[in-house]
Amino acid sequence: MDTVLLSRLQFAATAAFHFIFVPLTLGLSLLIAYMETKYVRTGDREYLRMAKFWGRLFVINFALGVVTGITMEFQFGMNWAEYSRYVGDIFGSPLAIEATVAFFLESTFLGVWIFGWNRISPKLHALAISLVAIATNLSALWILIANGWMQNPVGYVINQGRAEMVDFWAVVTNPYGLLKFAHTVLSGWVVAGFFVLGVSAYHLLKRNETEFFKKCMKIGAVFALISSILVVAVGDFHAKEVSHTQPTKLAAMESVWETTKNAPMYLILIPDPANEKNAIEAIKIPSLLSILAGKEEIKGLKEFPSSERPPVMLTFLSFRVMVILGFLFIILAVWTVIKLKKIEHSQTLLRLLLWSIPLPYIAGQVGWIVAEVGRQPWIVYGLLKTADAVSKAVEPSQVLASLIGFTLFYGALGLVDVYLLAKYARRGPDPKEV
Amino acid sequence: MEFQVIWFILWGLLWAVYFALDGFDFGAGILYPFIGKDEISKKAIIHAIGPVWNGNEVWLITAGGATFAAFPTTYAYMFSYLYTPLLIILFALILRGVAIEFRPKALTEGERKLWDVGIFIGSVVPAFLFGVAFGNIFIGLPFDDKGYYGALFSLINPYGIVVGLLFLFTFIVHGGIWVSLRSSNELSANSSKMAIRFWYLALIFAVVFLILTAFYTNLYNNFIKLPHWFLVPATAVFALILTGYYLKKNKNLRAFVSSTIFILALIFSGVIGLYPNLIPSSIDAKYSLTIFNSSSSPYTLKIMTIVVILFVPVVIFYQAWAYKTFSYKITKEKLSEEEY
Ligand code: HDD
Ligand code: HEM
Ligand code: HEM
Repeated sequence: MDTVLLSRLQFAATAAFHFIFVPLTLGLSLLIAYMETKYVRTGDREYLRMAKFWGRLFVINFALGVVTGITMEFQFGMNWAEYSRYVGDIFGSPLAIEATVAFFLESTFLGVWIFGWNRISPKLHALAISLVAIATNLSALWILIANGWMQNPVGYVINQGRAEMVDFWAVVTNPYGLLKFAHTVLSGWVVAGFFVLGVSAYHLLKRNETEFFKKCMKIGAVFALISSILVVAVGDFHAKEVSHTQPTKLAAMESVWETTKNAPMYLILIPDPANEKNAIEAIKIPSLLSILAGKEEIKGLKEFPSSERPPVMLTFLSFRVMVILGFLFIILAVWTVIKLKKIEHSQTLLRLLLWSIPLPYIAGQVGWIVAEVGRQPWIVYGLLKTADAVSKAVEPSQVLASLIGFTLFYGALGLVDVYLLAKYARRGPDPKEV
Repeated sequence: MEFQVIWFILWGLLWAVYFALDGFDFGAGILYPFIGKDEISKKAIIHAIGPVWNGNEVWLITAGGATFAAFPTTYAYMFSYLYTPLLIILFALILRGVAIEFRPKALTEGERKLWDVGIFIGSVVPAFLFGVAFGNIFIGLPFDDKGYYGALFSLINPYGIVVGLLFLFTFIVHGGIWVSLRSSNELSANSSKMAIRFWYLALIFAVVFLILTAFYTNLYNNFIKLPHWFLVPATAVFALILTGYYLKKNKNLRAFVSSTIFILALIFSGVIGLYPNLIPSSIDAKYSLTIFNSSSSPYTLKIMTIVVILFVPVVIFYQAWAYKTFSYKITKEKLSEEEY
């Protein structure tokens, strides 16, 4: 195997692993900030117990988010030196800004929050977690502006064999990046909403602390409902943006081979990339694809040389899974909100919610596969191919060794994390003070 | 002043601040198994660095991000040439972070032991390897316009090891003083004692470093050209001596300030010696990556300068506030109020 393939595998593995922890951080920080603020406002100590219980899970999750993030920061230089050299003038800035405006804030105030229970006033303590929540979501903004630029390069010129920034404002307001930010952050909120619902469902099934977990469930359900509707709505805009800027990705997402006007959507479709057609197309909804993509004419994959097409099967399947899950989340959230009053008696729903904890994670992971695999063979769409981006000074054996190292080390850390999360989630909140 | 020069100074400053802050976390983590004799003193050490280590580490992330933004070519080649050592540093930093955060959450004795080892390894390895990496950058790396000719073993040379040990002992002293400042009674006395012991080693290696630098590197050239810059290494030496002096007098706050100044001045001495190089080529100076041939465009540097001016003072302000909040002496009674 060559350095390119190994580096891609390593990047995909480490990014996907980072993104296991990121989404929960994005959403749960907000929920805890809400709970603790509510405690400060009302003086109701139930909210304090809530903040402490979910806070413990948050801290366990956060630790791995932080340590896996450092890997991401180093990797661009270690594995993608040619890429870093080529785009650093533009891409480095949002990364540096992210650290300066977001990481400092979140890490400093999380430290204050964890160790400050007896050291600062309750108000200040609630402010600390609110700052953490703002900062984590802000960090997503900058990294997604960076990623958005790779998807849709703007505000640059090519000079002396590299891309140079000429318009910072254009980079920051790149519609692709901002849509990506909205969609990704909302997807994190969905994860957190269903996490709270699932863990609460577990305790309600066990009839443990029923009042407490019903309250948690109410907060989780409202949050999950709003964010699942929004993530789908923004996803739709996102797809329109993709259809305009990356026609190859859109064609792969829907497995469209021939250029079609008023393109229909098939609810059942099985691609056959080897023969450049679809093996099965059934249940046709006329013109739907053109409507959703916001374009009358959808370019087919055959319009592009095969060397410029992304892997169709993976992109297509990932997109379908994400969309199906997206609608499922809305149904589940609506159902939960309707049943909230007597939720402890809806055994089936509670069981479903418990088993749904992993689903938003899966939706987020396949979402990234659509975005990143669908962009191939480009690393910066239309400008730089992934194959030309890799470090020349690094031997395949080095990357193989590090890939194995990451797999083993991350695997072990993942197990520890799940073990700790499960232990502390099962244990439930601190006993009520009397 | 040109933007490249401003960013060179900022680049040096970010690294210097990073080592001055995370350095004591490393030191505390290295001393942890030796002075953390019982559960209470272990907890106390974790409380001494727990609230701040992550915020300190972000200075590293910022140093990395700033290198990327301001000197992308250097970022690209420095990180890919030093692939394996950086990878080991990375794994160690991951281990340290997880160990510090998970130790208080451990449920069994076995888990606690595991994280104890993690804290130690995760601190000792980067403390030493950062030194080795900087030592090798001071010497220069074997590359030309066609590529890189070094290997992992070419990095393990006497000079690299000396700088590695200098970093290691310096951080142990720094961390020992920090723990003694934050803790009380026996733990405070023990960590002070450790700091004194390692201070002798740091002093010896500082002298060896100053001598070997003349033989292995070109760092002195800039100083010979502009002798007033000798003030910086002189400050370093003076601050190191003061560190020991105050430690022995039991004036630990002053000792901590001195060792902080020592670290800042030490890193700046290296940075001044490097100028205008970021990574010298040991094959031929004409291939060296300098702040002029590896920088971003003036436009990007201008934007980044504005960002720094706007945000870094704010960062310094709230980090200072956090330090003040967590400057109380950790006692048994205080610990018993805490969840862990
Ligand atoms: C949508 C959100 C998102 C995405 C796509 C990424 N990250 Fe991330 N990152 C976060 C959202 C986030 C976060 C939520 O802010 C984290 C997770 C847990 C945490 O502490 O902060 C974080 C942590 C985190 C840290 C540690 C910060 C600290 O020590 O406090 C670094 C260095 C990075 N990330 C860097 C990256 C890089 C270089 C990425 C791209 C390749 C990346 N992240 C993708
Ligand atoms: C954290 C969420 C992310 C996940 C789960 C993710 C996932 C992936 C996957 C699966 C690939 C492999 C595509 C392929 O090679 O076929 C990839 C490639 C890549 N992604 Fe992402 N990505 C994430 C975030 C980002 C961000 C935010 C950036 C940039 C700022 C980024 C930059 C890249 C780069 C440089 C590659 C090139 C390597 C390659 O093509 O394999 N990724 N990512
Ligand atoms: C019907 C619903 C949805 C639609 C139409 C949709 C649309 C899209 C599109 C078009 C992309 C690719 C963007 C690109 O190529 O850059 C994408 C990516 C992504 N999706 Fe979705 N999505 C939906 C639901 C969801 C849900 C429910 C989640 C998670 C809970 C999710 C998480 C993600 C993530 C994390 C990415 C990668 C980041 C990004 O590119 O924004 N999506 N989505």
